Amino acid sequence: MSSITLQSITKRFGEKTALNDLSLTIQDQEFFVLLGPTGAGKTTTLRVIAGLEKQDTGDVIFDDHSMAGAVPAERDVAFVFQQYSLYPNMSVFDNLAFPLRSPLRRLPKAEIEHRVKTAAEKLRITHLLERKTAKLSGGEMQRVSIGRAIVREPRVYLMDEPLSNLDAKLRESLRIELVHLQKTQGSTTVFVTHDQIEALTMAQRIAVLDEGHILQVGTPHEIYDTPATTFVATLVGTPRINLMQASRQDGRVFVKDSTIRLPPPTGVDLPSDFLLGVRPEDVRPHNNGEFSGKVVLTEPLGVETIVHIRSGEHNVTSLVPGITPIGVGDEVRFDVVRERLHFFQPDGKRISAAPAFSK
Amino acid sequence: MSTRTAAPTSPVTISTRVDKVGRRPKVMRGIRAFAVIVITIIALLPVVWMIMTSLKSPSDVVAVPPKIIFKPSIESFIFLVTERVQFASPQEAAEYKARDDLKWYEEKVAQRGQKITRVGDFPKQLRNSFIIAGTSTIFSVLFGVLSAYAFSRFKIPGEGDLLFFILSTRMLPPVAVTIPIFLMYRELGLDNTYFGLILLYTTFNLSFSVWLLKGFIDEIPKEYEEAALVDGYTRLQAFRKVVLPQAVTGIAATTVFCFIFAWNEYAFAAMLTSDATRTAPPSIPSIQGVGRIEWETIAAASLVFLIPVVIVTFALRKHLLRGVTFGAIRKG
Repeated sequence: MSSITLQSITKRFGEKTALNDLSLTIQDQEFFVLLGPTGAGKTTTLRVIAGLEKQDTGDVIFDDHSMAGAVPAERDVAFVFQQYSLYPNMSVFDNLAFPLRSPLRRLPKAEIEHRVKTAAEKLRITHLLERKTAKLSGGEMQRVSIGRAIVREPRVYLMDEPLSNLDAKLRESLRIELVHLQKTQGSTTVFVTHDQIEALTMAQRIAVLDEGHILQVGTPHEIYDTPATTFVATLVGTPRINLMQASRQDGRVFVKDSTIRLPPPTGVDLPSDFLLGVRPEDVRPHNNGEFSGKVVLTEPLGVETIVHIRSGEHNVTSLVPGITPIGVGDEVRFDVVRERLHFFQPDGKRISAAPAFSK
Repeated sequence: MSTRTAAPTSPVTISTRVDKVGRRPKVMRGIRAFAVIVITIIALLPVVWMIMTSLKSPSDVVAVPPKIIFKPSIESFIFLVTERVQFASPQEAAEYKARDDLKWYEEKVAQRGQKITRVGDFPKQLRNSFIIAGTSTIFSVLFGVLSAYAFSRFKIPGEGDLLFFILSTRMLPPVAVTIPIFLMYRELGLDNTYFGLILLYTTFNLSFSVWLLKGFIDEIPKEYEEAALVDGYTRLQAFRKVVLPQAVTGIAATTVFCFIFAWNEYAFAAMLTSDATRTAPPSIPSIQGVGRIEWETIAAASLVFLIPVVIVTFALRKHLLRGVTFGAIRKG
């Protein structure tokens, strides 16, 4: 297993800049997630690491060795594609054995068979080994595809949205299996996804990308609790964070077009105009709440209920545990958790007393 | 996650599945089947007539009205592979027929007042056709698949222009360049050689094969090769182990078309070959009969000439019909 360092990688496709001066370090044995919307450059980053795409400038370093000029085969990485891309003319066994039969490795036949069997057992696909890949279901295909990665002991696993083509249930169970596999194997894994739930549940650290830039790198906890920009704040967390235009006047914080007035937070130097962010779970309906509004919609999910409150010109989303008696049309009062407010500059950057978690 | 779509208030009773919308009426199917049969018969009639002619005896061939029912004979095929002379005199014929070392085919020919002098030219011409069409097909497909792969997968400067240039070789009828090619070939000593015709046919077929194969290779997702690349294979190994097996359908189709072109080509073969390298197509119409035009021999030659094309097409029919299937890839 290896650590990976990306040093100011820039990659252009024609006029379009896919990666812009991107630097990143992924620790040995880390489960690292690249999170971002479509077109953020996540997959390109992965392909640059694998050597399938050549960066225009910058360097990819495995441990202490620069990978400049190394073709994919020499980098010894395993790649799980979004589209499972199993070799259709081969059986499952041959698909799993394919990387081991590479002329680079020259493994004896018995060893190949042993490794394929072990991997198949781990992924519970032993019964499929003789089958043709075209006759597999989506979940089975993705297992085989993951199996093709784990038969070798590569330096790095690169996974490009491997779960996004599966249905929700299967995705959940494979997610757990993948994390388990990674933990038991202690493998360095770079996992690309646009699904924030996958990112939060699986990652040890997350890098949030947008338009070829890294916006923030941190643990799921850091990303969720101290988002570096409004973009990160809205990308992570469902329901979405409440963002409101606010201003500071006479030492108090006003949310525009609403009844929400707050004393200024201590230790934060606020500009006169800024954005106020409140996570839905920090909006708490309460009989003696400080603020008031009218419920326009409730979405009971069982474990919790999403309550949409109209306050002034703003829709405030609140997340309350369990099923709530609050109904549509009710006048409610609510509080916000002061310590957990987020402040952003009008351009989206986080305003924080303590410096934002370092990249 | 939240679901905001309203639940349906009443069960859905109308199926929107296309395959349940009602079957095409049986009458329509009958009409279509009938049309197909009629067209097939019309298309096959010349071939059937040719087969019949090749099996007729010399007198039946020229019978008026044409005979539909006749006594089949294989004389035409004997004529096709032999060179014969007419007996000079009745005595010679009588002496010849009286010999007891005559083979059955010599006897058959003798009954027509002829004597076999040697093996005819046709078998050799057919062999020439095989060598030239076969080799040029192999080259066309081999070079075609390599350059189609390059055009499909790599960024090539001026790719569009190059492809257009390749296609442009098809934009004028080959016959238009016969005279320059004839003069060039004579200067270079390429006329009347296998290599000359192989080169020519490969050149003509290559543009077609590059374009056709590029279409097929474009359809093979590049993830397959990329998976092979990271699995520890070189570009060439990935091409051989992953791309080629999936391009079989395209290669088969291209092979058939290239082979048919090279096998059937007439004008250049007539102009650039003579005795030693002459191929079958220009020789068939010039089959010299002994004492008359041997229609049955010409028909037999045409029939024999058709067979390899039928065999090649038949052998590859599975691939031709199957179309392109993509096993395990899912377009996301």
